[in-house]
Amino acid sequence: MSGRFRGWGVAVYSIVVFAILLVPIGYTVLFSFNDARRTNIIWRGFTLDNWTGICDDARVCGAFGASIGVGIAATLVACALGTAIAIALVRFRFRFRNALTILLFLPMATPEIVLGAGLSSQLVNLGIEKNLVTVTIAHVMFCISFVVVTVRARAASLDPALEEAGRDLYGSPAQVFWRVTFPLLLPGIVAAALLSFALSFDDFIITNFVSGSAETLPKYIYIAAARGIPAQANVFASLIFFLAIAAVIAISLIGAARRKRLLRA
Amino acid sequence: MAFGAFAGGPEAAPGVAAAQRKSRIVLLLLLPGVIYLAITYVAPLISLVLTSLQSPSPDLAIGSYVYGFNVGNYVVALQTYAPVLGRSFLFALTATVLTLLIGYPLAYFIGVTLRRFPLLQSLALVLVIAPFFISFLLRTLAWKQIFSDEGPVVSFLQALSLLPHDAHLTGTPFMVIFGLTYNFLPFTVLPMYTSLERLDLRYLEAASDLYASRWNTFWRVTFPLSLPGVVSGTLLTFIPATGDYINASPSFLGGLDTAMIGNVIEQNFLVLQNYPVAAAMSIVLMVAILIPVAIYVSATKTEDLL
Repeated sequence: MSGRFRGWGVAVYSIVVFAILLVPIGYTVLFSFNDARRTNIIWRGFTLDNWTGICDDARVCGAFGASIGVGIAATLVACALGTAIAIALVRFRFRFRNALTILLFLPMATPEIVLGAGLSSQLVNLGIEKNLVTVTIAHVMFCISFVVVTVRARAASLDPALEEAGRDLYGSPAQVFWRVTFPLLLPGIVAAALLSFALSFDDFIITNFVSGSAETLPKYIYIAAARGIPAQANVFASLIFFLAIAAVIAISLIGAARRKRLLRA
Repeated sequence: MAFGAFAGGPEAAPGVAAAQRKSRIVLLLLLPGVIYLAITYVAPLISLVLTSLQSPSPDLAIGSYVYGFNVGNYVVALQTYAPVLGRSFLFALTATVLTLLIGYPLAYFIGVTLRRFPLLQSLALVLVIAPFFISFLLRTLAWKQIFSDEGPVVSFLQALSLLPHDAHLTGTPFMVIFGLTYNFLPFTVLPMYTSLERLDLRYLEAASDLYASRWNTFWRVTFPLSLPGVVSGTLLTFIPATGDYINASPSFLGGLDTAMIGNVIEQNFLVLQNYPVAAAMSIVLMVAILIPVAIYVSATKTEDLL
């Protein structure tokens, strides 16, 4: 068909770009098996020691634990606050609606370094000590907007007749919410939670400004980058990578299975 | 639209009581999140403006400042760091154009060519977002090792005599732009994919029925229809790339003379504790980004993206 790119040219081109996208991932996973002693720069042979001795480097292990803890806490708070806003935006008309939309859009459009510098100057001016709590507070802030966008898309596609049916059957507002609205919103909330966790887990730019001497995994990697990173950092990164890919595949398989079932019904 | 989930049961009469109840529920839903953003987004920006106007405290202790109206910080920020600001925009703009040129055919391939193969399409999307699942910093360090002086790329280019024996790739502007382009490519591809995925192919058939050339069809039908994706993709790349301080850092892909504005802000904030100048630079950066972005969005008539 004219007006389209030639099929084969663009296919070969895309495969090359995919390959380049994957190079650093392959490199990171490969070097998690490197028999490195102190710095993990030159390939010295295959070993499983880094995987079996995953917590041999206590500092990496602690930073990983901090990242997981901050990620879970930030995800829970951001999902609660963001879902409430999303429901209000879809279900109600109210004054200052446009102002709220702008307030939600701005954190996504502000360069991260400005968010970090702003939070940092606020903490300095108020004399608040920087630690993992301030890191979590900052992560919740930049996750909320993404939660609202994700859950709102799901809520807008719901049929309000379902909630009306719940009320017609004398469900109390709480019952209608927990037994109709919430289960229907759940896929959107799960997607928002995965996105929030991923954003929080990999954030460095803002974390660096609000963490003081506390360390998350990206912060540790940044500090260690100048003198060489232990292979365990690659192990943790690879582990998370494979878990995330498995989750994505599982979610798409479940979605495909559900669609098939609906088509058959 | 006032069919509230909580706006009253079937027996609630529409009246003052119901309206009061509704506004109470809206407040309950909105207030926690809005207060949170007011404290952690709005207040820090105000704090940043106040900090950017501070003067050194009279006892001259390092990192200690008093509130004032010291516009001198902005003068210092602009005079000392104007070349750095210019370099940041140059690097970020180059990387944005590159991600667009590299990413558009890829987005087209996934969104249009692979449409008949849903399984391959999902696989291709997973491949595009796969880099998000591995640490941004480790990915960037992997490129540093691959392009290092002892690494495979430099040795190969030297063996072919394409690169002199004393040449480096790491620490050069080329490498910083390479890193920015690589790291932000998925951000450009995904929105463009979303636009192209919705493209109605019958428009292209109509164009060719009207004897439009391939080139004309692309420029006058395909590209304009994918413009919202192009605009949000390039913004998602340009805004964070301008403030990035990882790729340009000497510990990663940059060198001593590739510093971007982010590196200077980080240095002044976290190392030199020169908060007022760092804050002034952050404000300058934000304004310098928002103005061209606003012009870009209104010039491409894509305001409804916001």
